[in-house]
Amino acid sequence: MTISQQPFGILAGAVAVALGSAMLLPVPAQAADPIRIGVIAEAQSVAGSSIPQAAQLAAEEINAKGGVDGRKVEIITYDNHSSSADSVRAFQRAVNEDKVNAVISSYISEVVLALEPWASRLKTVLITPGAASDVITQNIAKDYDHNKYTFHGYLTSSALAGLVCDAAKDLLVDGLKMKSAVIMSEDAAWTTPLDAAYEKCLPKIGLKVLDHIRFSPDTTDFTPIFNKIEGQKPDVIITGISHVGTQPTVQWKSQQVPIPMLGISSQATNSTFWKDTNGAADGVLFNAVSGPGVAVTPKTLPFVDAFQKKFGNLPSYAGYTSYDEVYYIAEAVHRAGSLNSDKLVAALEKTDYVGTIGRVEFLPKGDPHVHGLRTGKGTITGLMLQWQDGKQVNLWPANVANGKLKFPSFVKTASH
Amino acid sequence: MQFWQILIDGFAISALYALGATGFTLIFGVSGVLNLSHGALMVAAAVAAWAAASEFGTGSYLGALIGVLTSLVLAFATYFIAVRPIQNSKRIAEREKEIFILTSTLLWGIIIQEVVAYLFTNNAKTVLPIIEGVVVFLGVRTPSNEFFTAIVCWLVIAVLWLLVNRTKAGKAVLAASMNPRGVTLLGFELSHIYLAVWGVYGILAGIAGVLLGMFLGVSSYSVGPLTASAFSIVVLGGLGSVSGSLIAAYVVGYLETLTAYLVSPAYRSIPALLLLVLVMYLRPQGLFGRR
Repeated sequence: MTISQQPFGILAGAVAVALGSAMLLPVPAQAADPIRIGVIAEAQSVAGSSIPQAAQLAAEEINAKGGVDGRKVEIITYDNHSSSADSVRAFQRAVNEDKVNAVISSYISEVVLALEPWASRLKTVLITPGAASDVITQNIAKDYDHNKYTFHGYLTSSALAGLVCDAAKDLLVDGLKMKSAVIMSEDAAWTTPLDAAYEKCLPKIGLKVLDHIRFSPDTTDFTPIFNKIEGQKPDVIITGISHVGTQPTVQWKSQQVPIPMLGISSQATNSTFWKDTNGAADGVLFNAVSGPGVAVTPKTLPFVDAFQKKFGNLPSYAGYTSYDEVYYIAEAVHRAGSLNSDKLVAALEKTDYVGTIGRVEFLPKGDPHVHGLRTGKGTITGLMLQWQDGKQVNLWPANVANGKLKFPSFVKTASH
Repeated sequence: MQFWQILIDGFAISALYALGATGFTLIFGVSGVLNLSHGALMVAAAVAAWAAASEFGTGSYLGALIGVLTSLVLAFATYFIAVRPIQNSKRIAEREKEIFILTSTLLWGIIIQEVVAYLFTNNAKTVLPIIEGVVVFLGVRTPSNEFFTAIVCWLVIAVLWLLVNRTKAGKAVLAASMNPRGVTLLGFELSHIYLAVWGVYGILAGIAGVLLGMFLGVSSYSVGPLTASAFSIVVLGGLGSVSGSLIAAYVVGYLETLTAYLVSPAYRSIPALLLLVLVMYLRPQGLFGRR
């Protein structure tokens, strides 16, 4: 298990420093110090591989415009092989040897939860672009002074559940008169709060929860699970899956389970999901923070274009947030006027930044989800997309929708 | 209704386990090699079939063939890179060779796994099934592909049985598993027999991998669990005993299916592992082992 390191832009930074000192510009010596951001992510997975790429793209754009107050942004990447232990080693190395000022890391909650105490010990800002567990922000609320260095740059599970319920109310309850649901989720850190929030919000929007199935993330045969769900005759299966995705989707189609699936299905957000499932994804509804051709903000589509031009594929959900994070870290350094971690934390708390997935604001101290993102109208609402004929079509919210609900023929949506 | 469901689902999954374990036990029986890259070969076959069919549009038949060929090539590569150099080495003591081969095939499997993850990411892939659709059988709606899987598995096992028991080459293989020295005295070249067995093994693992990819889907993460499942089935049945492996595959397959239906899908694999521990205590040679 080695930790690969690619010091992008070190040369550029060094040249800038050299020029700065050679010309004896009347700036404090520190002002020319680059902003060094460590990116620890899963290079082998679709969701994780976009994280360092998007961060690199943002850094290049910032540097092309002259950097921040004369500082260049440097990205240093580490592959964590989806392992918490590798991530901790990478984090220590990033802080102690590579002297980074902030770390962007991982879409896996277990990894971020392992790094959180290290962010506190080494007093270094840590932002996750993709993990969802509520425990990350709960830890900050419990011991703010100690854990304030961690920020949750993606939606927490309970926030995600709320957004899924908002969409399900409009699309399923009001649109298709659905009345009941079964929750189907993988047993992982991020789904515990997700399921708890589902159980609370689904009855509120008018969907009775008939059963709640949690299965092991290494499940390969979903036949018994779908058979059990079918026996309970719910109108919809509400999903909470991320580590698995391809297999349940393919078996849902090959067994022709007549019940639609809606919820969180992280793998479905990948543009490769259609091919991975041989088209079994047709009709699957999934929450996302972005979608192809959906201009959530004026920055969304230019980012997607630039990313595709540079890397040849579309960014994963964690790519969008990683890109935004580099920008608002840079802005925070500007506001703080310093690379000092405590000043940086104070400046990040004042973030009000329109990024690619909406308006980014962090919840304040005192909130049970302090340093989590503010969600809802005016900030981040998320989308509800559906795979249709090889394309991801956005159905919700209505003002940015570009299609209508459509299910494969084996799915029955009228409850009788 | 549930009874038939368990019977049908268990039969299909067990047939797949049986085919996967057959090649594994054959190699051990004939050449004494426990090939820990077994799961990697199956995954490579499935991912190659997926890539051919979905990325390069070859269609499902040609894709499946490419998958099996990939496994065949990798089986020979395993033999020539990870096994034979150790068997022929004069610098490794004879009694240590077994552990060296265990280690080298394990590492070789990890190399294959990492290459698959590097080229195709670690997201799960499913191979385009040769037969799509569902049939209602005894009141159970079952994917046609599930029947197809079970039928192909048993056909392949039957062909293998005929090959081993009814042909001269097959009998030589059988003899080599019983007494390698005797076979060489009869004028058979042992290395040719090994080569043939590795070829047969590659095809078996390839077919099992592609069928698994069609039935359940695979990712680079599946490598370890697949090797472990073949290993535990073979140990349960008795190392080197093909019929023992077939029966053990059905024991494990039905035990898992029963657990998934009647207890919880989350505990699917636990009773089979407990049974393995129990057998290790009471009958260490396995259910049908000779030693």
